[in-house]
Amino acid sequence: MDFELTDEQKMLIETAGNFAKNEFAPVAQELDREEKYPMEIWEKASKLGLVGAWIPEEYGGAGVGFLGNALITEQFAKVDLGISLIVAATFGCEAIYWGGTEEQKKKYLPLVAQGSAISAGAFTEPDAGTDVAGARTRAVIDGNDYVINGNKMFITNADVCNFMVTLCVTNPDNEKRYKRYSLIIVESDRKGVTATKIHGKMGIRASDTAEVSFEDVRVPRENLVGTQEGKGFYQAMQFFDTTRIMVAAQGAGLAQGALDKSIEYVKERKAFGVPIANFQITQQKLAEMAIRIEATRNLVYKSASYLDNGKVDPTLNAITKYYAGETAVFCANYAVELHGGYGYIDEYDVQRFYRDAKILQIYEGTKEAEILTIARRLLT
Amino acid sequence: MNTVVCMKQVPDTETLIKINPDGTGIVTEGVKWVMGPYDEYGVEEALQQKEKFKAGKVTIVSLGPDRAIESIRTGLAMGADTAVHINDAAFYEKADPYATASVLAAAVKDLECDVIFCGKQAIDDDSGQVPAILGELLGLPVVTQVIKLEVADDKTKATVTREVEGGHAIIEVSLPAILSAQKGLNEPRYASLPGIMKAKKKPVDVKTAGDLGVSGEPMTVIKEMSLPPARQAGKIIEGEDAEQKAAALAKALHEEAKLI
Repeated sequence: MDFELTDEQKMLIETAGNFAKNEFAPVAQELDREEKYPMEIWEKASKLGLVGAWIPEEYGGAGVGFLGNALITEQFAKVDLGISLIVAATFGCEAIYWGGTEEQKKKYLPLVAQGSAISAGAFTEPDAGTDVAGARTRAVIDGNDYVINGNKMFITNADVCNFMVTLCVTNPDNEKRYKRYSLIIVESDRKGVTATKIHGKMGIRASDTAEVSFEDVRVPRENLVGTQEGKGFYQAMQFFDTTRIMVAAQGAGLAQGALDKSIEYVKERKAFGVPIANFQITQQKLAEMAIRIEATRNLVYKSASYLDNGKVDPTLNAITKYYAGETAVFCANYAVELHGGYGYIDEYDVQRFYRDAKILQIYEGTKEAEILTIARRLLT
Repeated sequence: MNTVVCMKQVPDTETLIKINPDGTGIVTEGVKWVMGPYDEYGVEEALQQKEKFKAGKVTIVSLGPDRAIESIRTGLAMGADTAVHINDAAFYEKADPYATASVLAAAVKDLECDVIFCGKQAIDDDSGQVPAILGELLGLPVVTQVIKLEVADDKTKATVTREVEGGHAIIEVSLPAILSAQKGLNEPRYASLPGIMKAKKKPVDVKTAGDLGVSGEPMTVIKEMSLPPARQAGKIIEGEDAEQKAAALAKALHEEAKLI
């Protein structure tokens, strides 16, 4: 077993790290305060191939795989989790990659890989989050079109995207609950699509989150992801198995950023005449952070390289995502404590990290849902 | 337009520098190595000139141990076409500016090029001599501290803006020439992901100083290195009231700091 990254992966880390340091750090505080999507940074990152890097070369991406994408995500999240979500400008397209037809892959993947479009994945509804199969948005065939009606909630990118991969009920009468769904690609400029930006998020405020309503939205039948109806739930599960690992990479990055900032601070800050780094209680906090980060990073790299090798392990992914969320919240909390009063004001980054970290225990499967997945596997 | 960029791998500016036990160099363990920032302006300018002329080749030439390949690859990932790595740790260890310039001159002399870019200095030893010595050894004109470059269409000459105290000087120079890059020349690009994926397939010619027929002994030797002294603690001016404090401050500035 070889735990070494390739030369290309090391360079990828270098480029992504420098990019985040130069482009994110100067504007992170402002974008957080103003809840502004970093459109210019997304454009710049897209030109360098940092957005949609997981997309294979034949579909216009850099072809660095999901491990490569995790490395980029980690470096980005180390500086700012909200802005790091520009890598999620391909969100939803993972489902096209796994379940779409060759024509669909050729049509949609190059758009997001080359920075000509932003996508979204519209799964969650006001009354159905973790319980994906509780979704009620309905798509009915009418001639050559689907007519879609319903509401989606907490949709990343919905207010800035060009198209969204939408979970719809197409076969309500199927006796198997999980076979009632399909994924359908809905362009945002279709008549009847309304996205309303959600304001007042606790964290990741530079990331776009919106509610979406579909009112008699017509899309051609060829917008069905794949060729068969009724596959939507399974496609969504496969999709989450991919994106969960990326969320875990966000956790590894945020936690490392929190540790780096803490180390810098405790060497400078003096109490009782000595740097607070001299106190054992400070050292313990730093060490505990480092231990969890190392474990998280190993989980992330393992899950991502499994995925790149065609081996999908939902339980491992649940463990990875769960632990990354815990690590991020744990480390952000310690970072604030180590910064004392300064950690409580927004002039210091750790305050933002503390607010940002919490989402990692909620989105892409709540930590409670991850626990259920893990426990179910243990008991069967 | 064909160009060569002489590049040195140096410690990252954020790295904490420690002097080695015998006091003649720095502890290299744990150091993060990067492409010299001024050399990076050279790489960027070479790429921009190639793009402007829509033809040509950019070659990176670097003297350094094994680790230097990482910075060479960064240059290739930015878009350079080929590289020469003079991988000779023994030579590199004791090389002074003259020895460095002589090995670079030997590596460059057979390469066809219109401009040789160097950084105006390496940010580790700061000697800033290599561009000038290289010019002398190759018999080429040298313009230092370049912040703007316009190459004539026929590539026989260039108009170069350089920084001088309090202003700029515009100089015409015949090509080929050696230009040393100063901050302000351009904004170096990031290595793109497709660039990174391609970098490993680009040719790197590895040589030793011996292969190049250079045995040049250094002309200077570092006897001792030291870090700047630790900053002294500040002094608090005491006094009953503002007037007394001002008087004490004036006295300290005059008698102790000798500033007024």
